[in-house]
Amino acid sequence: MIAGVALALLLPLAIKGFFLFQLTLALIYAVAILGLNLLTGFNGQFSLGHSAFYAIGAYTAAILMDQADVAYYWTLPAAGAACFIVGFLFGLPALRLEGLYLALATFALAIATPQLLKSTPLEPWTGGVQGIVILKPEAPLGLPLNSDQWLYYFTMLTAALMYAGAVNLMKSRTGRAIMAIRDNPIAASAMGVNVALYKSLTFGVSALYTGVAGALGALTVQFVAPDSFTFNLAIALFVGLVIGGVGSIPGTLLGGLFILFVPNIAEELSKGLAQAVYGFILIAVIYLMPSGAAGLIRLIVGRTARSRSQPVHFETASRSARLTRETPMSSSTSGDENAK
Amino acid sequence: MNAVAYATAAAPSASAAQALLAVRDVRVRFGGIAALDGVSFDVKSGELLGLIGPNGAGKTTLFNCLSRLYAPVAGDILIEGRSILEIPPHRIVDIGISRTFQNLALFGSMSVLDNIRVGAHRRSRSNFLTDAVGLPGTRRRDAALTGAAWELVDYLDLRDVAMRAVSDLPFGLQKRVELARALAARPKLLLLDEPAGGLNHEEVDNLGRLIRTIRDERNVTVLLVEHHMNLVMSICDKVVVLDFGRKIAEGTPAQVRADRDVIAAYLGTAE
Repeated sequence: MIAGVALALLLPLAIKGFFLFQLTLALIYAVAILGLNLLTGFNGQFSLGHSAFYAIGAYTAAILMDQADVAYYWTLPAAGAACFIVGFLFGLPALRLEGLYLALATFALAIATPQLLKSTPLEPWTGGVQGIVILKPEAPLGLPLNSDQWLYYFTMLTAALMYAGAVNLMKSRTGRAIMAIRDNPIAASAMGVNVALYKSLTFGVSALYTGVAGALGALTVQFVAPDSFTFNLAIALFVGLVIGGVGSIPGTLLGGLFILFVPNIAEELSKGLAQAVYGFILIAVIYLMPSGAAGLIRLIVGRTARSRSQPVHFETASRSARLTRETPMSSSTSGDENAK
Repeated sequence: MNAVAYATAAAPSASAAQALLAVRDVRVRFGGIAALDGVSFDVKSGELLGLIGPNGAGKTTLFNCLSRLYAPVAGDILIEGRSILEIPPHRIVDIGISRTFQNLALFGSMSVLDNIRVGAHRRSRSNFLTDAVGLPGTRRRDAALTGAAWELVDYLDLRDVAMRAVSDLPFGLQKRVELARALAARPKLLLLDEPAGGLNHEEVDNLGRLIRTIRDERNVTVLLVEHHMNLVMSICDKVVVLDFGRKIAEGTPAQVRADRDVIAAYLGTAE
């Protein structure tokens, strides 16, 4: 854990240029996938349209910098707020849709967004098909970092805050309510969870995460254009979600690395058949880790823990077997004892 | 709400001031079929009332009215004299009604402890922002909620499995988790929908003792829907019998057992 953090912090001093840029982008995708995971993995609402929120975040940042000379760091909260509102409002009608139907509605969002960004009425702000070019932020306070290095640290800091927020949220009362809705909405409602409100708010928060990632993406790439945010991006985020592990927060980091680097690796292997190779890798990975990277890690940890503590495990197993064999409601006797 | 039904409902509810739950001439229709056809009864505070009847008599339908999953077409349901029919389903727990489900409705991928903590959802306050930031006040409240959940874990003897996912547990244990979850809301009125379903003879005896213990120790009023006649007759203070959506008998277990209409409903008439 600590070694990982140290490695992540020292990495920009060892590597440079394009690879650092790619790592920054992988981290940004990870945050976007985390947003999708809050919605799909934890709340059970499908989305094939998160490219739209990524696009809205990216364009909010680019337009604010281009038109209003807003400082780059202010674009993140602005992009987050804009996406939260759009996500929340989209989540309201989406309450009536379940599973595949919701996936289809979000798919419509994904295919409509690039065209809307190109449309003539919005062109004065979006720059139409041309998109918007923005300047790379420089390191503040005269830090001896070039802008690639600074962007890496800036992204890392933002991502760290957002991951901490997500971990806190999912461990909390709100997180339990979000997951309860995924598992059984009727029971959640009977226990006092306002299902409609929590679902729309989760949609908003999910969009916020992906939108902030979009803004970071715009800063890193220094350019936004409608065709960067097509349905392909929505699918890439979905792939990252599944590869990392649905409902796993650390898994999203692997998901981000996967969707950034694996297509490149596929291209290295065969220029002509890059897509086919990527498809093959994808199938192989899903076959080897049917519940994502997070599932694989759980399995390995479980195996090693088991082999290390064989007798203890045996004992707990026999204990639970005894519990099962005994009457499920046998606790009444101990309840009586507690009373006296 | 039907104005006439409301007027007829108002008179008896005023006289039965101490009733915790008053069901007044409740009617529910599914298509052309009357699932509940003018059912009325009272449940006094601290009472253990059994609701029995053959399959399709309308027992679960009545429960679903109490949980606000179904809306009656006429009649009223009052808790401490206040109608619940304007209250949204997720607020029902606030006025003191909590329930278990006939075919278990647990949060399968979540741990036993987390299921119980969701049961106490309305007993604490927080929102997305305070929980994401993890403010000290929010954490303190959540720690208190967690403490109360652990107390229920021990009360129902679930400590060994507290951190296991509920879906991995055997059926009987799952039923106990659901009971713990319902109790976590600290209800005034606990609705148990066929808690003995799927249990063997000895388990049913233990369940009966447990329900009485809970009623006595936790100051809850219990409304029990059950097929298992022996269980109902041995633990309930009062029994209400439904058949085809109507109340056909009400009284002590002994009175109900001797009732000719009840015998006819269960064994069929000699026609």
